Amino acid sequence: MKKRIVCFVMAAVMACSGVLTGCGSKKTEVTDTLTVFNYGEYMDPDVLDQFTEETGIEVKYEEALTPEEMYTKYKSGAIEYDLLCSTDYMLQKLISEGELQEIDIDALENKENIGDKYWEFSKAFDPDNNYTVPYFWGTLGILYDTTKVKEPVDSWNVLFNGEYSGEIVMQNSMRDMFMLALKALGYSLNSSDEKELKEAQELLLKQKPDVQAYLVDEARDEVVAGNATMAVVYSGEAYLGHQYNENLAYVIPKEGSNVWLDSWCVTKYCDNMDAAQKFLDFLCREDIAQKNFEYIYYSTPNEAVIESLSEEDRADEALVPSDDATKDCEVSLMTDEKTTDFMNELWKELKAD
Amino acid sequence: MVEKIKDWVSRFYIGIIMIFLYAPILVLIVLSFNDSRSRVTWGGFTLNWYQRLFSNRQIKEALATTLILALMSALIATVVGVLGALGIHAMRQRNYKIMMILTNIPMLNADIVTGIALMLWFVHFIPLGFGSVLLAHITFNIPYVILSVMPKIKQMNLSIYEAARDLGANAVYAFFKIILPQLTGGILSGFFMAFTMSMDDFVITYFTKGAGVNTLSTMIYGEIRKGIKPEMYALSTIIFVFVFMILLVVNYFPSRKKEEKSYIG
Repeated sequence: MKKRIVCFVMAAVMACSGVLTGCGSKKTEVTDTLTVFNYGEYMDPDVLDQFTEETGIEVKYEEALTPEEMYTKYKSGAIEYDLLCSTDYMLQKLISEGELQEIDIDALENKENIGDKYWEFSKAFDPDNNYTVPYFWGTLGILYDTTKVKEPVDSWNVLFNGEYSGEIVMQNSMRDMFMLALKALGYSLNSSDEKELKEAQELLLKQKPDVQAYLVDEARDEVVAGNATMAVVYSGEAYLGHQYNENLAYVIPKEGSNVWLDSWCVTKYCDNMDAAQKFLDFLCREDIAQKNFEYIYYSTPNEAVIESLSEEDRADEALVPSDDATKDCEVSLMTDEKTTDFMNELWKELKAD
Repeated sequence: MVEKIKDWVSRFYIGIIMIFLYAPILVLIVLSFNDSRSRVTWGGFTLNWYQRLFSNRQIKEALATTLILALMSALIATVVGVLGALGIHAMRQRNYKIMMILTNIPMLNADIVTGIALMLWFVHFIPLGFGSVLLAHITFNIPYVILSVMPKIKQMNLSIYEAARDLGANAVYAFFKIILPQLTGGILSGFFMAFTMSMDDFVITYFTKGAGVNTLSTMIYGEIRKGIKPEMYALSTIIFVFVFMILLVVNYFPSRKKEEKSYIG
């Protein structure tokens, strides 16, 4: 028995080392290395292989869950990342702290694929379009079950008029909830006016008895499963919800909403700008953007990809929001410490009683 | 009557415990055959996820890294741990106590403290990568080996070793023929403990890994943002069934094992 266990362990070790060497053997010739930091599940793995094959640049790929986690890991300096993909307000923070290098956007051959609209969105946090290249984007809106609502949903008002009491799922996220309440009241979602924020809190407080639950990732599933009539979700979630249950629809309320943008940037640690530019250009190329789009199914800023979509997909508000729907939408920016503290206080009050 | 109620209560109690322990795993197994990405809709039976699992290079690489890491760190930790335990055992009372306390610290210490401390330390000397993770895993595995080998060393009969030396065996020969066989049980349990600890670990791996190195736990963590892929349910099911089989085999041949043991003494 003893010997058998020893044999088993030995065999397992050999089998594993076989796998390891097997993995390392089929590499193309590597000239450069880029260390890339991205969100989890946010790029088709084949894309990275193809990039290495075409350019000979090896990519060390690292993933994070949230912008905050990414920021902390980047700032710790344990790993010197060359490129990273992050979200609007975090990019604003990185730019303001001087962590990023300017990119020669005009030198990107596939720059034209990214629609003007998205360069315009980017200006909210990158005023001269010097530091970031848009990757994916989306909106905050309402996912609802068309069989359970009396009239079409088109306004934040349905969440607050009490008609669907007990059938509403809200996001358990301070910033998102304040953003939608501010928008419902007709204010800017980046408002730092204490009176406006207070009003937003009152609106949410009044709505609280009607809310079934404050959830995060489960919000979509509650509507898919039919436990709730409507939920506040991000557009990427909404598209998947629609795939599971045909009766679901997504709407960006007419008062406007939040537009988020995930973009690529080059950090100050990068000493091979040439390779970094190649990588950015590669991501903007139509076939590559197409692959990533099919892997992630968030709205893409790549117009070449949008044009090749099926009629049905292009009509999906969650996937390709119309210019009209996003005209009153805003990118959310960093809030100063005082506003953050004030909002925290209001949010605590809201969740407490 | 009272007996009946007692009986019923004890059955109910064990039933509740079983449900809490195994219902989640059962759900996971069922979902691994679900022909829908959603967790709340049943789309019919499928083996699709298993097929996709075996063609997914990322998962295979992460699995390979996890297993190699677990095996290598457990093996190295076992060698270091056994030698260390023998050395500590031979120390005088005061030093022995000090060493045992030092050995206990990494085990009782919160993972996050160990993880961050190791990261800060490694950053100065080596680039973070597979090597740094391996070193970290060896570090936290050694105490487990020492602690499972130590009782065996205490029980060990040193007279046999001395007799072997008297009869002409040299130190190395006597070590392999006399000491090691007496410690086998402790060494094996230490090895498997270290192996499991390494497979399980997330926090320390997360802080000490370099870009591009992923174990199963860090890979699954990266997936949480967009919902865990059903391929992971399939993989978890396979691991569960594998462990279950090993436990069945180990528990099915206890009688034969005992006989064997009585010869070894």
